[in-house]
Formats: sequence, C-alpha cells, structure tokens
Amino acid sequence: MSELSELYQEVILDHNRRPHNFRAIEGATKQEGYNPLCGDRLTLYVAMEGGVIKDVAFQGSGCAISKASASLMTDALKGKTADEARALFDQFHAMITSDHDGPTADLGKLSVLAGVREFPTRIKCASLAWHTMKAAVASETDAPVSTE
Amino acid sequence: MAIGTSSVQAAFDVAKIRADFPILAERVHGQPLVYLDSANTSQKPESVLKAMDDYYRHANANIHRATHLLSERATALYEGSRAKAAAFLNAPDKRTIVFTKGTTDGINLVAQSYGRSTLKPGDEILLTWLEHHSNIVPWQLVAEQTGAVIKVVPINDAGELDQGEFAALLSPRTKIVAMGHVSNALGTINPVADMIARAHAVGAVVLVDGAQAAPHLVIDVQALDCDFYVLSSHKMFGPTGTGVLYGRASLLEAMPPYQGGGDMIASVTFERTLYNQVPYKFEAGTPNMAGVVGLGAAIDYLAGIDREAALAHEDAVLEYATAQVRQIPGARIVGEARHKTGVLSFVLDGVHPHDAGTILDQQGVAVRTGQHCAQPVMDRFGIAATIRASLGIYNTREDIDALVRGLHKVRELFV
Repeated sequence: MSELSELYQEVILDHNRRPHNFRAIEGATKQEGYNPLCGDRLTLYVAMEGGVIKDVAFQGSGCAISKASASLMTDALKGKTADEARALFDQFHAMITSDHDGPTADLGKLSVLAGVREFPTRIKCASLAWHTMKAAVASETDAPVSTE
Repeated sequence: MAIGTSSVQAAFDVAKIRADFPILAERVHGQPLVYLDSANTSQKPESVLKAMDDYYRHANANIHRATHLLSERATALYEGSRAKAAAFLNAPDKRTIVFTKGTTDGINLVAQSYGRSTLKPGDEILLTWLEHHSNIVPWQLVAEQTGAVIKVVPINDAGELDQGEFAALLSPRTKIVAMGHVSNALGTINPVADMIARAHAVGAVVLVDGAQAAPHLVIDVQALDCDFYVLSSHKMFGPTGTGVLYGRASLLEAMPPYQGGGDMIASVTFERTLYNQVPYKFEAGTPNMAGVVGLGAAIDYLAGIDREAALAHEDAVLEYATAQVRQIPGARIVGEARHKTGVLSFVLDGVHPHDAGTILDQQGVAVRTGQHCAQPVMDRFGIAATIRASLGIYNTREDIDALVRGLHKVRELFV
C-alpha cells in the first residue's frame, strides 16, 4: 500500500476537498478539457495581461488526482509568461511519465504528483488540466481567438 | 435467502468452475485477484486456451481454400464452431450464422448492409437510452448516409425502458429497432421478446445486441423472433476478436455484401463478380480462425454446465452484492431494475469512481470505473461515471466481501 499512500498524499486529498482557484473568470480565455475515458470535464480560464498570466482558474468535475493537479497547476501558473507555462508543462509531463527515478526538475509543490508515474492508468487524470492549459495558452499567443 | 443459496450450491459447484479458469489463481499487487470486471471482458477457461493452442499446433491452415489435410482440419473446426453457435442461439440453420470480429462489427455490418440498402430519408431507427455506444454510433453513421432519423426510447429512474414511450414511438415510419438484451452499464434485462413482437407489428426489423446477455442467459433467437442477434466471444469466456451475427435467412440473402475480398465471392472477373452464398458472402478475407475455434470451445464449455443453476448462482451473488453495497454509508446504486443480471453499478458520496478504482485495484479487486461506453445512461442519471462490479459464473460471495472491504478502505482515505 506504500505506492497508494504515495499517490494519495494528504496534500492531494486537501486540494481535492478544497481546490484552489475553483471559479470562473469573466472575460478570460476559456478552454474545455475532456477525458473521454472517464467522462471528466474541466473548464480552464486564463487571463493574460502584458504577456503574463495574471489570473487562472478552473471549474468542472473530476477525480482527486485531476482536481488536485488542476488546483496545484493554477497556483503555479500565476505570473508566468506563455513560454514559461509551456516549459512548466514539459517539466511536469516528464515528472509524471518518466519510468526511472533519475533527477527531474524540482517542481516544488507540484512534486506531490510524482507518485502518479507508478499508476499508468492515472497519468491522463493528472495531465488533463495541463493539456487544457497548453491549448489555452497556445490560442492566446498564436492568434487572439477565443476557443469558446 | 440462506436456504436458497445452499440448495444452489449443491447444484452448482463454483469451486470446480473457478478451477477451470487459470487466471483466477493470479496475484495482483501481492493480493489474490478478485475479478469483478466480466462485463468488460470475461476470463477464459483452460479448455478454450487449449483449443486455440491445439488449433495452431495441429490444424492451422487457411480454410475453404486448399486441398491438403490441414486445410480440411481447419475448415472442419471452423465450420464446426458455426454449428455450435447455431445450437447456442437455437438458430434454425447454420447458414444464418455469420462470424464477425465481435458485437461492434456485427452491428456495423447490419447498419451498413441492411440499413444502408433499405433506409430512405425520413425513415426512423429506434434505439434506447440504455445502449452501448456501439449500438448508437453505427446507426448515426447510416442515418447520415441515408437521411434516416434516430429516435430513442427513454428509461425510468430504475433504469428500465419506458414501455409506454416505446409503444408511442413505434409507427409505420419505424424501419429498424436496435436494442440491447441486457444493459452493460446497469444490468437491466429488457423484455425483448415482447418488444420484438410490437416492433414487428409496425413492420420494423429488430436487431438485438446480446453482448451482455450471452454469458448469462439462455438465448433462443427463434423464440425471440428477432431478425438479427449479435454477440462477442470475449464476453462469454471465448477469445477476443471474434463474434457472431445471427440473421434471418431471407434478410441475409437479400442484403448486399458488407466488405469485398476473398472467400466472399463465387466468381470474379473485371466485368462482373458473383457473390458467394450466405453466410460466406459476409466473411471476406481470412477470418480469425483460431478465435472462432476458441469460441466453439467456449460454447462447449457453457453447454457442459447447468446454465440455469449457473444463473441462479450469479443472481444470488448479485443479490448479496446489492445488499452489501447498499449498507456502505454514502453508497448509491445506479440502476435498480426489477430484472437484472451480472452488473452492479454504484457511486460513493465524496469519492470519484476513478479514485475508488485505483484503491480497489491495489487490494486485488478489479472493477471498471467510468462511463462504460454508455454516456447517455450517465447523462440520464446526472453523473459522470460509476463504479461497476460485474459478475461471471466464477464469482463468489467472498469476492463481494473483498469488494466491500476495499470500499471501506476507500472511504477511510476519502471521507
């Protein structure tokens, strides 16, 4: 059961019960994320100002892993540029998919999700918010078009 | 209940059945495997594994094509499975049995061959709210191609089809009715014989998706009087990648081929090709021969057990599971039809099914969590997903006890 307690750390359970930035943002870029495997849906709101993520929030239903991941992600993204957000996506993705315990970038609070790598069936849960963010940020920088 | 169960145990020796399935001795995450995911795919008895192995060791050759001994053996085994499938469904003639890749393939065959060649703009295809995506999407495709319109029979809060609405939706415009025999998401057994009679009264042709019925119920396509009946080998203790389509002979004969290729032709020239007779007209290309042989062995396996006693055993385990899960605080059963088989779908307050699935798995308990390829059913109950424990003939009360212990662990962590 040690892998299980590694996955469901207290921090993750807390974010599941009381997710941070769990709200809509009026006028922000809105991006839908959907995991057809489990039916989970997530709406991400990203408000950019001067090339920087000024505010980011999410709504939707999902498992503890997907909610905690979205909650922690929104905390981590504030103040980052689109490029920095994309770089963080890559680092996070490497952390949850790498099949060895080699050195990965220190991702601070996000590293509580590293245990997901032991649960291949749950990687999609942890990455749903991140893929949604990548799409939201891409549309923000590539062309000023709302994805709604 | 206790008395009923002990008399069932006398007639049905579940320990003996379990010994026939080698995988049930497997350990997962250091725990004995508790397999409660048979509606997803069933496990396979030794006799099926051996039949397929023997086929490759002693009979493998292409069927219907060569004059040598191995081809004769392979053809005899393959066609032998057709006769077994006909007997399994009480089909009137083995010509009415078409081997497919599985239920999905069978439905697509009927939709694209029968549906596409007969449907006209404005014709109606009647489905039900309980359908698996595989009995929805093929009809949407053919509706788009032909201008036909899809109508859907609603369900009540127990997860039963609304028979009044079914009657109201039937009209001379209804050309095809496609419905599941047993719901994969909720376990509801639909009153298909009665519904088929009512559909025939307005001139509709009826396809029954028997994927979830085949491992549990004794099926008689003549008594049901259905026009098409489809099933998957892998849900009924046979291998993956093969299935059966039963079709009324007159319909199969009139239908155009689904796919073109070898074995489905009588003669080919560049000017004109003559098609083979049924069922070969629908079996283009080298089929899944070992799979069909394995399916034959699975049918033999089922023929060798007392099906009524097996069903009584499964019903007793389902009843026990329902009562046990109901006692867990915050558990809510989804789908409480009066007639059910094999499936217990439920949700736990404050716990997402996916999290429950992972925690159960760590304790050796395999269930499916999610929408079960039945998004309309989930939408109908206003939920994204359920935890689904589904039963095979090999499950026991002890399996349910392990599930319940696991669910208490889930609650400890989350509630």
